Amino acid sequence: MADAAVLTAFLEASVRLGVPLALAALGETLSERSGVINIGLEGSIIAGALGGALGALATGSAGVGVVAGAAAGLAVALVFALFVVLLNTDQIITGTAVTLAGLGFTAVVYQSRFGTTGTALTLPTLDPWPVPLLADLPGVGTALFAQAPTTYLAYLLAPLLWWLLFRTEWGLEIRAAGEDPDAAAAAGVRVRTLRVVTCLAAGALAGVAGAHLALAHTGTFSEGMSAGKGFIAIAVVVLGRWNPLLVLMAALFFGAASALQFALQTLGFDVGYQLFLAFPYVLTLLALAGWVGRARAPAALALPWPRDGA
Amino acid sequence: MSGRALPLVSALAALALTLALAAAALALGGYPPGEAFGALLRGALGSPQAVVSITLVRTVPLLLTGLAVALAFRAGVWNIGAEGQLYAGAVAAVWVGLHAGALPGWLAVPAVLTASVTAGAAWAAVPALMKLRLGVGEVITTLLLNFVAIDLAAWLVHGPLQEPRGVFPQTESIAEAARLPLLIPDSRLHAGFAVAVVLAAVLALLLRYSRVGFSVRAVGASPPAARSAGRMPVGRVVAGAFLVSGALAGLAGGVEVAGVTYALYENLSPGHGYTAIAVALLAGLHPVGVVGTAVLFGVLEGGASAMQRSAGVPAAWVDGIQALVILSVLVVDRVARRILVARGGRG
Repeated sequence: MADAAVLTAFLEASVRLGVPLALAALGETLSERSGVINIGLEGSIIAGALGGALGALATGSAGVGVVAGAAAGLAVALVFALFVVLLNTDQIITGTAVTLAGLGFTAVVYQSRFGTTGTALTLPTLDPWPVPLLADLPGVGTALFAQAPTTYLAYLLAPLLWWLLFRTEWGLEIRAAGEDPDAAAAAGVRVRTLRVVTCLAAGALAGVAGAHLALAHTGTFSEGMSAGKGFIAIAVVVLGRWNPLLVLMAALFFGAASALQFALQTLGFDVGYQLFLAFPYVLTLLALAGWVGRARAPAALALPWPRDGA
Repeated sequence: MSGRALPLVSALAALALTLALAAAALALGGYPPGEAFGALLRGALGSPQAVVSITLVRTVPLLLTGLAVALAFRAGVWNIGAEGQLYAGAVAAVWVGLHAGALPGWLAVPAVLTASVTAGAAWAAVPALMKLRLGVGEVITTLLLNFVAIDLAAWLVHGPLQEPRGVFPQTESIAEAARLPLLIPDSRLHAGFAVAVVLAAVLALLLRYSRVGFSVRAVGASPPAARSAGRMPVGRVVAGAFLVSGALAGLAGGVEVAGVTYALYENLSPGHGYTAIAVALLAGLHPVGVVGTAVLFGVLEGGASAMQRSAGVPAAWVDGIQALVILSVLVVDRVARRILVARGGRG
């Protein structure tokens, strides 16, 4: 039954790798629906990873680490939101700067705290929480329902955000801010406040995603460990057509694609470790090329508002 | 970037703001800012040897990638992929350089540089095509291709192109004939510096005075207006700017290989392609300004290791400063715009 074991391990890895993408992408869905594209998501993720690591290390509790990660991701997003929403700066350039700041300053904090040559950090890890009954389902049970608790946050958030966006007044206001902020503002929607709130929510979720990377994957922190997951998450939002339910599925699909490298290595395919590493990025590019024409972004996405600038 | 009305003043204001933020952050981290900055400046500018062999050598890839970003941004192309294009250029340069032993020097060096230019443009052609043919925005695609290029280079130095003994994750050194000559004897400064400065001047002249340059600026300012009022082939201008931007970044990789490392290895670039964004923005996207800001970042990066040695400040600090520079430019730009609007309102 070696093949069954490989398959189970593959599904388990798919979910484990897909969850951080899902958390970050779900938050990004919210902010993009309100008209803000946040390239700084990567910065929130790496800050969340370091915040999670430091929080878990200080208290010995991975759970506290997740909360600290969320706070760190939120703090990074606060900088982004202040610039983009209040100063009305360019979203792409601001997001790039925020990502660079996140990568740079996490490296600084890590190096000044743990040195440049130190051995790898060992952190308390997020233990799996098997869901009663569901975890015993044959085949997919352990893969889907015996995971770190952050996994269930992603499962629950997807329908919750869908309901919020498409079935509540508040969701309507968010979508209005992203489609036509002028009209929304004229109708009494507080566009800027809404956008700040969605950006902060996205940052906090990206922070949880980062904490998940550090505490559920590896039990360690390394510089630049976010490795472009924030950018892939933004692509996942496109592939999920800005719909939280589809975004969750797209994220898990990408988790599976990343997990494929381990499964193939286990099965004895050897095409070079670094080529496997490149696989998720290539797949994201191919998916964007094949898919994007069918999706329509919120009309006001990435545009400065108010239009007159100053 | 409307702060271009007073580019030098804006740049100096942004620099002052960055310095203040950096000093505050250093103090917050428990490092005396004066000592850290002093160590940095001594390391980068403390002796003629440091200026030429450390700072100016470090300036070259920043200048070329800075030009790449400036050109792209001027045309409204968000090429965040200079890092990947640099790696593509470096890979092509090494591959040609390894096989150029039989060629005379006057042929080998141009062959290596041509290969890097072509590879950089080809790497940029992927997101350019995806943008123009499929409507996929270039921000994410160029970013993703950076990771692909870095992994590809890592794979090559661990696999097909690894040095024959198979010990180190790097290639063999390229042929002597394929190496760039030194600009100043007994230093490390190579001819790539002169190439980069000349290219900056050429780019500045083309942007300012040529028809093509006018089209680039018009398309960057407003694609719909350029299309309807100027009857410009917007797609072709965007594609051209994208490819030339990629070519410049690819050349940065080629020049780094042919002038400094003579080999390909992992982490060849410590993020030059990202620093380039700060270099270009601080220069107000002006090619001549890029020469100045590239030297400035050359000082920062050149002095970083000295700062780590004598003041104990982690070198990664410099990566954070580049982000502070971009944010400061954005703040100053907004303030400048508000001042201009206020003045215009009164007049």
